[in-house]
Amino acid sequence: MTQTRYYRTRSPEPEKEKARGGTAMRVIVPLQGVVQGRGGLVLGSIIPCALFYFLQFYLKRNRDDPDDQNESGSPPRNPTTRSSSSEQLPELPVLTRSLSRALLSPRNPSGPVPISTRVSGIVKGADSPYYVGLRRVEEDPYDELDNPNGVIQLGLQENKLSLDLVKDWLAEHASEAMLGNGKELSICGIATYQPFDGLMEFKVAVAGLMSQVMEKGVIFNPSQIVLTAGATPAIEILSFCLADTGNAFLVPTPCYPGFERDVKWRTGVEIIHVPCRSADNFNLNIAALDTSFNQAKKRGLKVRGIIISNPSNPVGNLLSRETLYSLLDFAREKNIHIVSNEIFACSTHGTEEFVSMAEIIEPEDIDRKRVHIVYGLSEDLSLPGFRVGVIYSLNEDVLAAAKKLTRFSSISAPTQRLLISMLSDTRFVQTFIATNRERLQRMYVQLVAGLEKMGIKSIKSGGGFNFWADMSGLISSYSEKGEVELWERLLNVGKVNVTPGSCCHCIEPGWFRICFATLTEKDIPVLVERIQKVLKPVN
Amino acid sequence: MRLVVPLQGVVQGRGGLIFGSLIPCALFYFLQLYLKRHRSPNSRSNPPSPSASAQNLAELTRTSSRSNLLSRGSIVPVLISSLATSISKPNDSPYYIGLDKASEDPYDRIDNPDGVIQLGLSENRLCFDLIEKWMLENLKDSMRGREEGDLSISGIASYQPLDGTMELKMAMAGFMSRVMGGAVSFEPSQMVLTAGATPAIETLCFCLADHGNAFLVPTPYYPGFDRDMKWRTGVELIPVHCRNTDNFMLSISALNQAFNQTRKRGTKIRGILLSNPANPVGNLLSREMLCDLLYFAREKNIHIISDEIFAGSIYENEEFVSIADVVDSEDFDKSRVHIVYGLSKDLSLPGFRVGMIYSFNENVLAAARKLTRFSSISAPTQRLLVSILSDARFIEEYMATNKKRIRNMHDLFVAGLEGLGIRCADSSAGLYCWADMSKLILTYGEKGELELWEKLLHVAKINITPGSACHCIEPGWFRCCFTTLDKEDIPVVMERIRKLADTRAASRG
Repeated sequence: MTQTRYYRTRSPEPEKEKARGGTAMRVIVPLQGVVQGRGGLVLGSIIPCALFYFLQFYLKRNRDDPDDQNESGSPPRNPTTRSSSSEQLPELPVLTRSLSRALLSPRNPSGPVPISTRVSGIVKGADSPYYVGLRRVEEDPYDELDNPNGVIQLGLQENKLSLDLVKDWLAEHASEAMLGNGKELSICGIATYQPFDGLMEFKVAVAGLMSQVMEKGVIFNPSQIVLTAGATPAIEILSFCLADTGNAFLVPTPCYPGFERDVKWRTGVEIIHVPCRSADNFNLNIAALDTSFNQAKKRGLKVRGIIISNPSNPVGNLLSRETLYSLLDFAREKNIHIVSNEIFACSTHGTEEFVSMAEIIEPEDIDRKRVHIVYGLSEDLSLPGFRVGVIYSLNEDVLAAAKKLTRFSSISAPTQRLLISMLSDTRFVQTFIATNRERLQRMYVQLVAGLEKMGIKSIKSGGGFNFWADMSGLISSYSEKGEVELWERLLNVGKVNVTPGSCCHCIEPGWFRICFATLTEKDIPVLVERIQKVLKPVN
Repeated sequence: MRLVVPLQGVVQGRGGLIFGSLIPCALFYFLQLYLKRHRSPNSRSNPPSPSASAQNLAELTRTSSRSNLLSRGSIVPVLISSLATSISKPNDSPYYIGLDKASEDPYDRIDNPDGVIQLGLSENRLCFDLIEKWMLENLKDSMRGREEGDLSISGIASYQPLDGTMELKMAMAGFMSRVMGGAVSFEPSQMVLTAGATPAIETLCFCLADHGNAFLVPTPYYPGFDRDMKWRTGVELIPVHCRNTDNFMLSISALNQAFNQTRKRGTKIRGILLSNPANPVGNLLSREMLCDLLYFAREKNIHIISDEIFAGSIYENEEFVSIADVVDSEDFDKSRVHIVYGLSKDLSLPGFRVGMIYSFNENVLAAARKLTRFSSISAPTQRLLVSILSDARFIEEYMATNKKRIRNMHDLFVAGLEGLGIRCADSSAGLYCWADMSKLILTYGEKGELELWEKLLHVAKINITPGSACHCIEPGWFRCCFTTLDKEDIPVVMERIRKLADTRAASRG
């Protein structure tokens, strides 16, 4: 690909040269007096040939210089991918600048020292409405009594509905739990170096929780668990392990807005969005996956896997057993990985049954090597501050690599001790899950009913803290612009922060993600009133 | 008519000049084009680092051809990334092999007297009793928060700023000024907290250098840097060799030489990575040296990362000078200086996983803050640390006792080695001594050194870190960490080494 481009850019030059060669000839001709002679043919061919050759030679030498520096300065891992080469381009000015300065004025203190190109994008990159909205709420959060005019948060995936249960448990047990059940105080167990990928006891506890949560008798093997400081690094580590720079993952949209950061930032991996549509209730469509896969292959991108969220993140629907089977077939056919993000596995609140990817693969199956499950305690146990994520994989190589990479993202030992005793308290865990489901469902039903009264429909959500609301009838122009406009009015006039569908890479404008688990029941009338206020001028 | 003419024209000689030049030009052009098209695949793959690209090419063709041949080929193993392939292999560095071996069969005076004694892990167990006492007394209060129990519990469960809470940053700032002798004050807003010093170094490396850039690192250096700096970032480390004759002190001329050599190779150097106090050797960088380093960095327009994780573990009366102090006192460009710190060594809490980036560069701070989403400290731990660090009386007592105990241990250990005729390099900080066992090795070279290390591990059952793992160019040096020992263990260690030395002397004749 790069080669054909290379030629295309080159080909106009010879034409120019020919013209110039012609004029050059005229200059030479009178001097030599070749015009009359028979030798004109010979000389007339040798001279322009030589001229042309030297011109090309000259051009090449001048152009190769930056190429050389580029190649040696930052050897591209994949010379074939377009992205990596375009990424290197902005680096060039930095290079020449710093070099020339060092040579010209070696003691110049004012020259700013360059930072890496890969993070300068992170620093400068304009924030999406998702992060702008989150910041606004942080600055001016709604509080029934203290700040009744503040912004109501419907954009952060946090579950505050059952925080009281966790608080009670912590208040009662926290300090004993940290030092090991109060029986035998062991400072060595928390202060010294522990395995980076998590204490075995903690893995056993987490495996127990996962088996319990995912019901249906799937047994999770603790030795196939790697623990990380949150689900975010878990996804990043998998991305590092499964794909090289310039490779790609297929991600069905609408998707979690954070994937952009988790999967791409440091790894240099690409995301190919696979659009799901409202006509299918935003369910995953294998045909669409296939189309995207083939398109990517045509573009020369190597697809290394699919990342799915189940229960899906913005929409909240669950993947059926059939879909999971056909997904596995697809992955097998293309020989790619599946990363299944199941952080909401025990926050289901509908009647639908949740099916984990772990149920689909059989232990003896060769395909087990391509399935990797991400789990975490932030959502399901309402403990985002604890930063606990889980990679569950049956691929020994991936596990070995992930274990070594946890040196960059391990959980602190006191937290692990605390959680070991929390998870071993089965009575607490059971009550928590049951109560939490009940509360999620109540809140969801009430909020959806409130919105429906205003004519806002939504896709039925079966799990997670979000649902996916259709406000396409309310936007001024049927486009991303219209959607962001409505989002801005909701934020600034209505003082409600929701996530616009464009942040989730939804291709149909007018959809919004609403997180309902940060609300209390008393907030619902306030919220309905505020949204109504925003909608009025339009109606 | 005219269209057919050219050939005739050429022969006849009139238009010959023009056509005679055009036709060979075109021919020559097409010849070049043809040649280039056939040559380009090879010449393109050659210039970048051959190993990586060759691997990629092999993988690429393999997958595509296979998936074409057997589209349902479930026998074909699914590919993983080249990073994962290379690191999923078993450890090959003696540093990690030794650590694994010692953790499988750890020495215990009563339960396992024949186990491996661990002198390879940098951990300080000398003051656990103090921490334990503090925890017993204060844990309950600190977790619950002093005033309203309810409110503060929700403070640990819900989302917190990923780069650390302000309270902990303030507590850390206070602790660091205390550790560094009160000479410098640290600004909490210039801190980014991470889950250990390891991710702090990696994050900085991501922020300062691109794939293929390099850092200069004085040797001998901490063996873990190879993982922290290189694995995921694709950055190179260029060793700058320090020698026994200089007592392993860094020299600017060696730095300059390494810089020029690397630049000649076409690799761009983005910074210097220092350990101060130095990790295996335990010596300190003087104020003059730090100034020279800053001048050097300014001249070359590169960064300095100063790993000061042992700043509070100084046992001699030498004064520790932080680079933050030097930058403050003189008119240097601060934006190129970045400090790494952590509580694993100075407060002996490696299990807590608390590290820190302290930088004067706003862009680096902004980027590092965003990258902490991949490596943040859990809230209960932060809460606990805030109360430990704000207990000034405890910290004071801890620092003083810790210093005394490290010095005691160091003196005993070094004296023990000297009794065996093993000299240690002069050191004044850290948890190690850097011992010269070149007399015990059979062949003077890395091979001889590793052979001795293996004998020590398998026969004498002592795990120490060979100098080659620290990239030391002089063979025969070993890093011994003495703070995991009890005093009673020292004679056991010395006895084991003596036995080995004796058998070797005997076998040598």
